[in-house]
Amino acid sequence: MKHFRYGYVAGPLLAAFWCFVIAVTFAIGLSFATGEAYRPSSISSIVCGGLIGAALVRFSALHAVSGAALAAFAIAIFAGLGPVVLGADVSRWQAIPIGAVLAAAVAYPSARILDEISWRQLTRHEFEHAVNRFLMGFGHIFFAAIVLIPFYLMVMTSLKSQQDLLANPLDFSLDLGKGLGLFRSYAELFADFNFGTYLWTSFFVSIVTVGVTLLFSVPGAYAVARMRFKGQQALSRSILLIYMVPMIVLALPIYIAFSVTGLRNSIFGIILIYPVTTIPVALYILQGYFRGLPVEVEEAGLMDGLSRIAVILRITLPLSLPALASVSLYVFMIAWNEFLLVFMLLDDPSKFTLTRGVMMLNSSEIPRQHLMAGAVIATVPVMALFLGLERFMTKGLTAGSVKG
Amino acid sequence: MAEIATPPKGTGPLQRSETRLAWGLLAPTVFSVALVVVLPLLAIFWISFKPVQLADLRPPAAIINESLRGSPDAPGDTARIEYRLRNSSMNKRITGVTLTDRIPEGLTINELDPRCTLSGQELKCDFGDLEGGYRERLRIPVTVGASFLQADVEIDESEPRITGESDNILTNFEFTFANFARVFDAGEFWGVLGVTVFYTVFGTIGALVFGLFSAMLLNTSFRGRGVLRGLYLFPYVAPVIAAAFTWVTLFDPFSGSANALLQQMGLTEDPINFFGERPLALIMVTVFEIWRYFPLSFLFILARMQSIDTDMYEAADMDGASPFQKFWYLSLPQLLGILSVLFLLRFIWTFNKFDDIFLLTGGNAGTRTLTVNVYEQAFAISNIGAGAAVAVVIFCCLLSFSIFFLKYMSREEGL
Repeated sequence: MKHFRYGYVAGPLLAAFWCFVIAVTFAIGLSFATGEAYRPSSISSIVCGGLIGAALVRFSALHAVSGAALAAFAIAIFAGLGPVVLGADVSRWQAIPIGAVLAAAVAYPSARILDEISWRQLTRHEFEHAVNRFLMGFGHIFFAAIVLIPFYLMVMTSLKSQQDLLANPLDFSLDLGKGLGLFRSYAELFADFNFGTYLWTSFFVSIVTVGVTLLFSVPGAYAVARMRFKGQQALSRSILLIYMVPMIVLALPIYIAFSVTGLRNSIFGIILIYPVTTIPVALYILQGYFRGLPVEVEEAGLMDGLSRIAVILRITLPLSLPALASVSLYVFMIAWNEFLLVFMLLDDPSKFTLTRGVMMLNSSEIPRQHLMAGAVIATVPVMALFLGLERFMTKGLTAGSVKG
Repeated sequence: MAEIATPPKGTGPLQRSETRLAWGLLAPTVFSVALVVVLPLLAIFWISFKPVQLADLRPPAAIINESLRGSPDAPGDTARIEYRLRNSSMNKRITGVTLTDRIPEGLTINELDPRCTLSGQELKCDFGDLEGGYRERLRIPVTVGASFLQADVEIDESEPRITGESDNILTNFEFTFANFARVFDAGEFWGVLGVTVFYTVFGTIGALVFGLFSAMLLNTSFRGRGVLRGLYLFPYVAPVIAAAFTWVTLFDPFSGSANALLQQMGLTEDPINFFGERPLALIMVTVFEIWRYFPLSFLFILARMQSIDTDMYEAADMDGASPFQKFWYLSLPQLLGILSVLFLLRFIWTFNKFDDIFLLTGGNAGTRTLTVNVYEQAFAISNIGAGAAVAVVIFCCLLSFSIFFLKYMSREEGL
C-alpha cells in the first residue's frame, strides 16, 4: 500500500481506472441505445486517464485540463485510438460529441476524486478519501447498470419484432413511427393468450390470500405476542422453524394429495394452499409489531371493561395499521410472484394465474417478445404497488422477510 | 386470630380462561399449518420408503360406460343396453366390483345376465374381482315401450355407479429402502451435493458482500437517495419468472444481447452458451442468485448502519482514524451481528432455493442442486419415491442447520 501513497502514483492510477470504467459504460450504453458498434479500448483509456490524472494533480487547473482532454479525446476517437473505439459503420463525426461528453465524464469526476491529492507523498487520509470516492463513483455506476439493464431489456424486447431481434440483438432503439404497433405483443397476449383472465385470476388469488392470511394471523400473532400461556415459547420458536421448510419438500405431498382428492387444476385448491404458505411470515412480522405496542393502552381498555376481543378490534388493530399495510403488501407480493405451486398444480390454461401464463409462453414456438411482454405484464403491477407504497413495503421486507 | 393471607397456588381461573382464549385465537393457524406443513412432512417420510411411481397416484379403478345399441323407432322394437367395463390398471386387480344403475321407465328387460339382479327398475350386478387389464361388454337385451320413446331420455341419464376396492400403494404396508439406495448409490449424488454447497456458499457470501457495498453507497445523504433505494430493490421485488426469463433472453447464445455485446467488443469469437456449459452455468446461476438477493442484505445492512451512533465516528475522527480504519474497526464490528444473522438465514434459504435454477437451466449443465433433484426424480423420471427420499435428505440437512441456528439466534437477538 505504501508505494501507492504518492500523488504521482495514486492520481494517474485512479484517473486511469475511472477513465476505463467510463469508457466501458459509454460503449455499453451507446451500443444498447443505438445498436451500432462501440467498444472500449483498455490501453487507450488507461493512457488517457493516466495523463488526465497526472495533469489534474500536477497543475490542478480543471478547466484547462478538461478542455485539452476534450480536444485530445475527439481527435483520438476520430483516429480510432480513443478510449471508445467506433465500429466500422459508425460515422466518424460522432467522435466530436462522444469525445466531448466522455472528456467531461472523465475529467470532472476525476477532479472530484483527486481533490485532496497533491503531487507529493500523501497522508493516509488523503489517499483513502480518494480511493473511497473512486469506489463510490464506481459503485453507483455498477449497481445502476446491473439493476437497470435487465429491466430495460425486458421492456425493450417486448416492444420489438422477431426479425428486428434476430437481425441485431443489440439494437434497442424504438421505431416510434410504428405508433401503437409497438404494443403488438401486448395486444396479442390479451387477445389470443387469455392474459386478461390471467391478470384477473392473479389479482383475485392474491387479494383472497391477503384477506385469509390477515384473518388467521392477526389473532394468532396477538396471542403469541401478548398472552401468557403454556407453550407460548415453543410456539414462537416453531413459527420460525416452519418458515424454513422449503416449498419443494411440501410441494410433492401436496401434489399427491391434490391429485388424489381432485383439487388439482382448481383455483380453489390454490386459494386453500397459498395462505398457509404466508401465514407463518405474517404471524412472525405481526407478533414483532404487537410486542412493540405499549401494553398500558390495552390494559386500560381491559380495566374499562372491554373484553380481549374488543381490545384487539378497537385498540390494537387501529394502532397497528401501518404494520397491517406492510404485511398485506408483502403477502400480496408473495402470492403474486409465486410460481412453484401453480406450476405443479395447474395444467388447464383456462385457470392459469399470471406467472403460470408466463411460464406457458416459454416455448420455442412462441416468439421471445411475447415472453418478455408477459414478463412485463407480471412485473408492472407489483412494481407500481411497490413504488407507490415503498415506505410500507420496505418496512414489511425488513420486518420479517429474509425469506426469498 | 386473623388468618394469614397466602398467595394463590397453581393456575387461577383468570389464567385458565386466558390460556383458553389464546389457544382459541391460535387454533385456526395451528390447524391449517399442521394440515399443510406437518402432515405433508410426515407424508414425505412415509412416501420415501415406498416404491411409488407417478402413474401409481391414480389408484386402479373400474371404469364403466353405458350406451343403448340398436335404433328403436316404434314401441315393441328390441334394443340392448351395453355396459363397457374395464380395469384402468394393466396389472393390479380390483376386488368386489359391483354395478348399480336405474333402468329408465319404458324399457323391459328380456334376459338378465346371471350375475345381475333386478328389483323394480334398479339393476344390480356383482362382477367379483377384476384382474389387471380386464375388459368386458355386458349386453342386456331390452324391449322398448312407448313411454320410453315419448319421454326421449338418454340412456345414460342415470349414471351407473360402480364400486370396487384395490390395493393402493400409498396406503398399504409395503416398504422399501430402494429409494434411498437409489439416491445415494448413483454417483451423481455427491456431484449434486457439491453443486448445492457451491451455490449456497457463494450465493450467500456474494449477496452479503454486494449488499454491504450497496448499503455503504447509500449510507450518505444526497438527493435522489430514496429513488436509488427503491431501484436497488427491483431485482428482489420483480417476479422470479420475469427476472429469470429476462436473464435467459439476455444471455441466449444465438440472439442474446450479452453475446452480441461481447463479440462486438472483441472479447470472444464464438457465442458463449452461458446457461448451457459446465462450469459456466453454475457460476451464472450463482451470479443470478447474488443479483436477485443482494437487495435484501442491502436493506437490512442499511437499516443497521443508520442506527449506528454517530458519536462514535466523531470520536474516531478526533482520534485521527482514517476512513478505512473507521470502516474496519467501527462499522464492521457493529454490523457483525446483522451480517451473521443474515448469513445464517440466507444460507438456509439459498439452500432451499428451487425456482431460480429450475427456470434458468432446468437443472442441466451441472446445476442440479438437491431441491432441483427432488423435482427431477419425482416428475422427470416419474419416481415419486426417489423424489421423496431426496426431500428427506434435504429436510435432515435443514434440521441440523436449524438446531445450530436456534442455538445461535438465542444469543443474537437480531431479527
